[in-house]
Amino acid sequence: MKVAVLKGGRSLERGVSLRSGARVEDALEQLGHEALPIDAGSDLVKRLTAERPDVVFIAMHGLGGEDGTVQELLEILGIPFTGPGVLACARCTDKVLAKHELRGSGVLTPDWFAFNETAFREFGAADALSELEERLGFPLVVKPSRGGSALGVKFAASWFEVPEALVSAFSYDNRVLLERFVEGRELAVSILGEEPLPVVEAIPSDGDRYDFEARYEIGRTEFVCPAALSETETAAVRAAALGAYESLGCSGFSRVDLILGADGPQVLEVNAIPGLTETSLLPQAAEAAGMSFEQLVERILELALKPTAA
Amino acid sequence: MEETPHRRRAQVGARDLERYAGLFAARTGVMRSSAMRDLMAITARPEVISLAGGLPDTSTFPAGTFAAQMTRIAQESTAEALQYGPTEGFAETVDCILEVMGAEGMLPDPDDVIVTTGGQQAIDLICKTLVDPDDVVVCEAPTYPGAVPVFCSYQAETIQVDCDEDGMRIDELEAVLARLDDEGRRPKFVYSVPSFQNPAGVTMSLERRRRLVELARQRELLVVEDNPYGLLRFGGEPLPPLYQLDGGDFVIYVGTFSKILSPGIRLGWAVAPPPVMEKIVLGKQASDLCSSTLTQHFVREYFGEGRWREYIADLVDIYRSRRDTMVDALREYFPAEASWTEPEGGLFIWATLPEYIDTTDLLAKALRENVAFVPGQAAYVDESRGRSSMRLNFSGVNDDEIREGVRRIGKAIAEQVELYGALTADSSDGVPTAAQPREKAVEGGGDVLPFRQAGGGAA
Repeated sequence: MKVAVLKGGRSLERGVSLRSGARVEDALEQLGHEALPIDAGSDLVKRLTAERPDVVFIAMHGLGGEDGTVQELLEILGIPFTGPGVLACARCTDKVLAKHELRGSGVLTPDWFAFNETAFREFGAADALSELEERLGFPLVVKPSRGGSALGVKFAASWFEVPEALVSAFSYDNRVLLERFVEGRELAVSILGEEPLPVVEAIPSDGDRYDFEARYEIGRTEFVCPAALSETETAAVRAAALGAYESLGCSGFSRVDLILGADGPQVLEVNAIPGLTETSLLPQAAEAAGMSFEQLVERILELALKPTAA
Repeated sequence: MEETPHRRRAQVGARDLERYAGLFAARTGVMRSSAMRDLMAITARPEVISLAGGLPDTSTFPAGTFAAQMTRIAQESTAEALQYGPTEGFAETVDCILEVMGAEGMLPDPDDVIVTTGGQQAIDLICKTLVDPDDVVVCEAPTYPGAVPVFCSYQAETIQVDCDEDGMRIDELEAVLARLDDEGRRPKFVYSVPSFQNPAGVTMSLERRRRLVELARQRELLVVEDNPYGLLRFGGEPLPPLYQLDGGDFVIYVGTFSKILSPGIRLGWAVAPPPVMEKIVLGKQASDLCSSTLTQHFVREYFGEGRWREYIADLVDIYRSRRDTMVDALREYFPAEASWTEPEGGLFIWATLPEYIDTTDLLAKALRENVAFVPGQAAYVDESRGRSSMRLNFSGVNDDEIREGVRRIGKAIAEQVELYGALTADSSDGVPTAAQPREKAVEGGGDVLPFRQAGGGAA
């Protein structure tokens, strides 16, 4: 089978994407497929039209590759692709939209407010910020609505830190959300097809939960898979993850990030196309389920080619 | 299929990774990657105007000269140029080094000189020779971003001493030394780029140079003087290097051909007292046996022509004009709250923004406008510092790109300033307004650098 691997692009997560892509290419070759690596650029459509791959493996993260843009193009070209479709990608990428969908479907997610720049620049939204303390409490988390990784995500320990955190978050997107900080264990559930894989827990080694960068560094965060959870907890976490995955219309695979707090699991976000590098959580979860990386890639391809796509 | 050899690395699963991680040396734990470094990876896109590099201008180097010299090497010295050479470097290369150092008034003993693979290797070898884990190294705040990973990889405890317009604050250094005395510790060395510092662009005053050298003598303290830019002065009076003031007893000197000839030839050097040099030579043997003999031949040919100082004079003219362009652009496009250094040489300007602006986030925004710079945190071991500053390079891009690059960054900053203003205006709760950013509340003095305001006229 001829499989084009889309990677790179111009998003801020280009580096991770190149690593994900390279690893997928290796696996495809091991599996006996013809891998066609494509660094997504202005000649993307031309190349796909000329090469006519049987299927496209999308190993792109962030804007362009994970937000429905590339997926839409592939639908127009009539080439099957891996991972969620256009609508699910668009919903997952926009955290504000995703949280509305989640809440609408009865999936728990921390309370939040969302603002766009216009609200502050034109409508004096700053005057509404004083509501935050009462409604969300401190500390709170400020994040850009769209954007992956830890970039632009800040904690505000008090009201004084909110404007600065907003300026940071608005550097990445013109819409930001302020979210209640939920104390609890940080978990990730990857879902393959309709099946939740073993739960991964991220444990910051220096105990500093306010340092988002630490979450993404080997050595500073310990990942445990399967997470040490009771059967009831595991069931609740998997159910919440699956509920989130379905409510956003995901298919193929995705990763759901949750916090397991005193009130049970709450969904923070869904990553439509999670990382596939050596240190990424989806491959770790697959391995804990007894699946090699090659088997994971093969399964993702099967799901992409399944005739009854949602 | 089976007969095709594998092009890439073997398959690595999560479990394998754990297995490798179990083998990693402790020092890899402090070799950090960060979101900021990931961002820097995208600054290399061709459509990006990069004020992030530290690149000298190599486009003006005469191609004909280069071709003729390499041809001569091929015709006359093929065997030697393709062979291993002495670990210390060729004597002829050392002669060229003495010429360069002589131009700044230094007269080291040739036996104290070792040719290294760029100044970067010299820093690495010095650390390899002197630093055990948890040893203290003192450097400037901000410091050369390329030195940070070296200090980290030798697991040094790095203490940064603030700079102002006259370079490293020696009073603060003395306070640090006194504090260390109380703890029964002493630094292995003080690292400084005294002239046209990278990244701050500032130059240590003569008075402070004398005081630093005096301190070194009194306390038998080693100072590592990294001087890549000393000859690239385009304003003001030349100052004696620390090495010259000290005579080479307590000052280890690091030099490089990168900024006066070419970084591509990867040749630098270190000058150290004989006992230290002996260990450095052993360290270099272990690292790479010797530096490129081919490019050492090139240096010999190039210096043989006797026009190296003319070339530097040409570079100085180019950089002066680019510095002026950048300073003019900063005045025009950066907001009134911004300040920056105006270097009299070197390659960099250090700009500081209102403290509510995080320059790593600003870089993400700037990249959407296809322009890049180095966020200030790269110049600090403690990455929570330098968050509102940036390093701007003016040597590697032409005047038009400098203006356009600064314009785009200025636009991104202006948007953030305006937003912050909207967020804090009319607040009766004591939240600072954009017009009067609250004072830095960082312990230990915060970031004290620079100082010329936008619209403040020529200073």
